[in-house]
Amino acid sequence: MKGLSIENISMRFDLKNGSSVQALKDVSLDIKAGEIITVLGPSGCGKTTLLNIVAGFLAPTEGKVVLNDQIVLGPGAERGMVFQQGALFEWMNVQQNVAFGPRMKGMPKAEQNEKVKHLLEVVGLAEFEDKAVYELSGGMQQRVALARCLANEPDVILMDEPLGALDALTREKMQGLVLKLWKETGKTILLITHSVEEAVLLGERLLVLAPRPGRVYKEYKLPFAEMGVNMDLREVKKSEGYSETRDEILSIIWEMEEEIMGRTDESS
Amino acid sequence: MTILIIYILIFVAAFYIVKAVSSMKKSRDDFTSLKTVTFGDESAVTPNRAASIISVIAIFAIWGSFTGSKLTPIHVPGPFIGELSFTYTAVNSLGETDDAEVRISVYDVQTGEIPEKIDIEPGLGFALNDTAQIITYRSALVKVQKNDVGGKDKKYKVIAINGESISPSSELFIDNARVYMTAKGTLSLTPYKGWQMQPVWLPSPEAVWSRLTKIASEGYKNFSLFEHLGWSLLRVVVGFFAGALIGIPLGYAMGLSGWFRGWFDPIVEFMRPVPPLALIPLVIIWFGIGEQGKIILLFLASLWIMTISARAGVSGVNIAKIHAAYSLGASKWQIMRLVIVPNSLPEIFTGARVSMGVCWGTVVAAELVAAQKGAGMMIITASKFQMTDLVIMGIVLIGVIGYAIDILMRISENYLVPWKGK
Repeated sequence: MKGLSIENISMRFDLKNGSSVQALKDVSLDIKAGEIITVLGPSGCGKTTLLNIVAGFLAPTEGKVVLNDQIVLGPGAERGMVFQQGALFEWMNVQQNVAFGPRMKGMPKAEQNEKVKHLLEVVGLAEFEDKAVYELSGGMQQRVALARCLANEPDVILMDEPLGALDALTREKMQGLVLKLWKETGKTILLITHSVEEAVLLGERLLVLAPRPGRVYKEYKLPFAEMGVNMDLREVKKSEGYSETRDEILSIIWEMEEEIMGRTDESS
Repeated sequence: MTILIIYILIFVAAFYIVKAVSSMKKSRDDFTSLKTVTFGDESAVTPNRAASIISVIAIFAIWGSFTGSKLTPIHVPGPFIGELSFTYTAVNSLGETDDAEVRISVYDVQTGEIPEKIDIEPGLGFALNDTAQIITYRSALVKVQKNDVGGKDKKYKVIAINGESISPSSELFIDNARVYMTAKGTLSLTPYKGWQMQPVWLPSPEAVWSRLTKIASEGYKNFSLFEHLGWSLLRVVVGFFAGALIGIPLGYAMGLSGWFRGWFDPIVEFMRPVPPLALIPLVIIWFGIGEQGKIILLFLASLWIMTISARAGVSGVNIAKIHAAYSLGASKWQIMRLVIVPNSLPEIFTGARVSMGVCWGTVVAAELVAAQKGAGMMIITASKFQMTDLVIMGIVLIGVIGYAIDILMRISENYLVPWKGK
């Protein structure tokens, strides 16, 4: 079966003092090829843990991740990652960063260059090939990170709050870019965010996780990602149902946060 | 003490003069000058170039003026050179008194010219005129009674100098000299020494310079200056690279493997605070005083620093970079080569700079103990012969080379790891 399926994943961290934390409990999710899914939740709900398990950086205590009928046992090139920041290689220029994946595969140099050139055009950095990455702004660096991930042609792109460190304006532009890339490349995207707005705008499906233990609380099917491909995102935000959905999810998250705060208040 | 006070005065005076001069000029409209809060704002404090220049000039000016240098126009008073004279009054065993004159030439032995003896008539009476020669900065006994008639009599004694009475164990001052009468009644003369330093304490700048040109052309103790400094440098470079060659892989291993870290942690952490100088005796006992011992000492000096910096470089890699490389399909070897090694380079460079500095200091110290050639050997041998100019020349050269090494390291750092601190 083509696609990514997360089957009954549980994750428990044993602490040194003998107690343990249930980061995830019985999380299941089927993602069809070409879908874009956003995962949202209050802090500490295990969203990053979930992504790390899918990426193969962590092995779940129970359950499994299956990609294209293959069980995920470790990190691999078929699952590309885009991190919040700091994951670019400062000792390489933009071109070398983007060419990293193809180079690892042993792609001929000429082919690499062509690919990098094309991808940098796609993300709007055509002129910046020879720049050092530390000379770029935060938004540009994330564009490089996206291009680097795409250069490897992964089946699934995992994004761990990729726009979290950007300012509001850059962020909005980058959200448009993510949607554009999603449509143009047809990749499966799993995006983790703590911004309700971003999750509603970018997710065909939106998963709200609840904390302690981390579990799927609610799932939404949303039309806005599809709309955003051809429309300005500010227009999308004015469309019918957007603000209701956003407010509903916002109040869910708000309640969860309050509950967490209440719990810590009692325990302290 | 005087020098310190003069130095502080120059410091304060220069401050007010520069301030006055710069306030006369049109005030600059750069950003810093518009800042109202500068006290405590580190970015507003830039080194005052005028202060740096005056500081260097002040040191040379003080050095020059206190050593009688020809380079500086103003000098503090130097030692008295020339002819002294005084008359003394003696009383003999018969109770008669008589005067006689003493003429003394004071000369500078550094110039190499010894003045001719002063001719003097013996004069009349039982007290006869005397002459003597005294080298600057020294004092000398002037035995005026020696040629006097009846000077060996017990009752004979000198009772006055220039009409002023003097008694044993007391002193009085004549022009340009101090006269002291010893307990036995002999006169001891100390010509005025001035404020200048004796060359054996501090030679003048041009003496150091002429020593430098002399050593540079003639060499010192069978080796040319170039060989002395070159050997010191060679030892440093060989020792440093040997330390880096072992230390960096060891640091990587400690950063990447728990077994290596567990095994070597106690050794590294124990050896790190031991100053290399403390190892010199042991190294000499084990390896002798030849090149081998020195290079091993420098190897040990740089080894721990390089190990620790390489370990820190590996530990400091952002886990996101490693994760990113893995999900881009890199193998362990590729991650090592393309991520971990370049990521650790800034730390390693910092370590290399520290290590080079320590090695340079250690090599000089090691050569002080035992060596046939090297910068340290040059100054320790020179000090044994009181060749202070050579000692100062050596110190200046050691400082200049150490500074040059650090600048070279910084330049290569900027060139090789431009992303450092970004």
